[in-house]
Amino acid sequence: MNFDDTPQEAEFRSLARKWIDANAPKHYEAELSKSSLGRIRLEKEDIVDVGKAWQKKKAEGGWACLHWPKEYGGRGASPIEKVIWQQEEGVYGKLTQPFQIGEGMCGPTVMAFGSEAHKRYYLPKLASGEHIWCQLFSEPAGGSDVAGLRTRAEKQGDNWIVNGQKIWTSGAHYSDYGLLITRTDPNVPKHKGLTMFFLDMKSKGVEVRPIKQANGMQEFNEVYFTDVVIPDSQRLGAVGDGWNVSLTTLMNERMSIGSRLATGFPEMLEFCSNLMTDDGLAIDDPATRSKLANWAVKASGLKYTSYRAISSLSKGERPGPENSIGKLVSGSMLQDIATHAMDLQGAAGALTGADEETARGQFQQMLLSSPSMRIAGGTDEILRNIIAERVLGLPGDIRVDKDVPFNKIPTKGR
Amino acid sequence: MNFDFSDEQKQMRDAARKFLTEKCPPKAVREVLDGKAPYDKELWKGLAEMGFLGVAIPEQFGGAGAGHLELCVIAEEMGRANAPVPFSSTVYLAAEALLLAGSDAQKQKWLPKIASGAAIGTLALFEGKGNPSPKAIKLQASGGTLNGVKRPVPDGAIADFAVVAARTGSTERDSDISLFLVDLKAGGVEAKPLTNVDPTRGQAELTFTKANAEPLGAAGEGWSILTQVLDRAAVLLAFEQVGGSDRALEMGRDYALDRIAFGRPIGSFQAVKHMLADMYVSATLARSNCYYGAWALSTNASELPEAAAAARISATQAFQHCSKNNIQVHGGMGFTWEFDCHMYYRRANTTALTLGSLSYWEDQLIDRMRKKNAA
Repeated sequence: MNFDDTPQEAEFRSLARKWIDANAPKHYEAELSKSSLGRIRLEKEDIVDVGKAWQKKKAEGGWACLHWPKEYGGRGASPIEKVIWQQEEGVYGKLTQPFQIGEGMCGPTVMAFGSEAHKRYYLPKLASGEHIWCQLFSEPAGGSDVAGLRTRAEKQGDNWIVNGQKIWTSGAHYSDYGLLITRTDPNVPKHKGLTMFFLDMKSKGVEVRPIKQANGMQEFNEVYFTDVVIPDSQRLGAVGDGWNVSLTTLMNERMSIGSRLATGFPEMLEFCSNLMTDDGLAIDDPATRSKLANWAVKASGLKYTSYRAISSLSKGERPGPENSIGKLVSGSMLQDIATHAMDLQGAAGALTGADEETARGQFQQMLLSSPSMRIAGGTDEILRNIIAERVLGLPGDIRVDKDVPFNKIPTKGR
Repeated sequence: MNFDFSDEQKQMRDAARKFLTEKCPPKAVREVLDGKAPYDKELWKGLAEMGFLGVAIPEQFGGAGAGHLELCVIAEEMGRANAPVPFSSTVYLAAEALLLAGSDAQKQKWLPKIASGAAIGTLALFEGKGNPSPKAIKLQASGGTLNGVKRPVPDGAIADFAVVAARTGSTERDSDISLFLVDLKAGGVEAKPLTNVDPTRGQAELTFTKANAEPLGAAGEGWSILTQVLDRAAVLLAFEQVGGSDRALEMGRDYALDRIAFGRPIGSFQAVKHMLADMYVSATLARSNCYYGAWALSTNASELPEAAAAARISATQAFQHCSKNNIQVHGGMGFTWEFDCHMYYRRANTTALTLGSLSYWEDQLIDRMRKKNAA
């Protein structure tokens, strides 16, 4: 048992480190190190522009989407090499946020279901950051129940005509392409009537509207489709097989090992170590200490759980299911930490200004943003279902809509 | 990165599981639970024959000369089987104290007996309610003898010798505490068994009256040695707790799959599924923290104090959580004497206290993190 690289891994790491040292945009390092939760913002520049420049440089150096095959813009690297790259890329990895959905979900889906010509054209441009992709799955009527989606695609000659609405699409406003799942047959049970496409986001009839979120920010979009034309050649997988295609996409979403989730613990430990209350330092308060210790072992538990997964990759094995606990643990932790950090400040804990002397409003921001961490990418409840069913082998839910034609499923609760 | 046990260590775990499945079924645990024996003597003998008692004891002292990683995998299986033997007191506490601070003669005297199953050892630390602290130690050492009372002492009524924390000065300073080695069969010590929540692991009160004692380690070093012993035992016991957590989770899962109510397996209800998923989460966090503790223990890393506290807290929480909700998944049947759920519940909640309570270790962890940050 050790934390050491194998000789090959060490060699790869040193290669990556050297390249990053020579090429990384170091003037953003301090700013990137500070921001830990939610969408990254740069003070003077647009993260998308800076990110595109970094991604392009990486692609030129052979470091973009490095686990992809070379002919599609990658490096043909092994999973463990990808993890090592992420570790070395460090804070600069935050610059790649606009490309993560493309790299992690859309790209792999195109790779699995696209034509060879599509793969050779689209994937290298995705890898180099020239094109940004978004994922158009969630709908107002289908969040956790993605297969309940209602956006229609109807065949007309060699084209499909799409009408409907998607929601919670990150980056739709700056994306060039989108991965779109639609309903092509409402007369069969819901999982059977779906078909996957990709489309040019500049297509006529696509309208992107920002959503003002509960935390006051605008990071996601609604996307409306009005008679949007998509050529049949942009279909991924067979007609009616969209659900299986989407599983490939979602499986890749959950495979993101080594990407450290924010827990809020380091910030909280520092905050409690410095916050003077009437009874002394917050960290000396027994109730706070107990909470801190609880959060500490969750944070370290997640860290070493990911180390176990990395070790499996290093041995060329498939990681076990342990990593599925990450977001479930960290999401509610952020919320709890924010609440307690504010509690420690009494009435002043409600103040949000960045000029506040304690913690510059970061916990207040955490409080308002953290509900999304328990919802996006699988709600806590869906994640518990996944653990119960896929890890523990418990029965799936009894699905009352399973064998019912989609257009016969009730749409109102009462 | 190779943050995992080796194939050989995993084979040893499999061997331990196979052995314990055969020799330590719930029926055997119940013999002790029902008071028919103070511990399972046959099992103890078998563990010695398998080489498990001396796995981390060097060969020159009669052990197998493997390491602490090997001991960790065995500890996990001991917890999983709920083994009713004085393994933790003898191997994690007494043997570790001897290995850390014993003279060659002391090691030569006791370690081979531990490895062969001929001697049971323990640590006599507590004197009534409270957590580990130098000022709580009143038992007096003078002129090579000890006078005072220790309670509770794990396995105190069946132990052959004890490492005893005693006062050799009058202040609250660490340096006023020293450790002693006492042959409990040599007279001057009276052992009284105490009833406790988990009868499969005995507790006793030891009264020392002019009991002959020899120093273990240098005078005044007692507290420092003790802290190290507790850290090492914390990691090892955490593996027992992880083994117990996993078993409790499995029992709950299996019952949820078998038990039908409202016309369907209860494991198909989300309320039950989510409870089991949360048990899996806490057991997984604990296991990962334990692996880090195992690494720190086996390499004697400077991170050990922090890693041990984290493993201890995480594993204590997980075992309490899993054993409690295992009963809940079982419903009424889980509250019968006949079902085994309560044996894990009992073990979880006594193991949680053995080396000092959860809140004590929480305090330790935060202190140690602060110390590290300050350095």
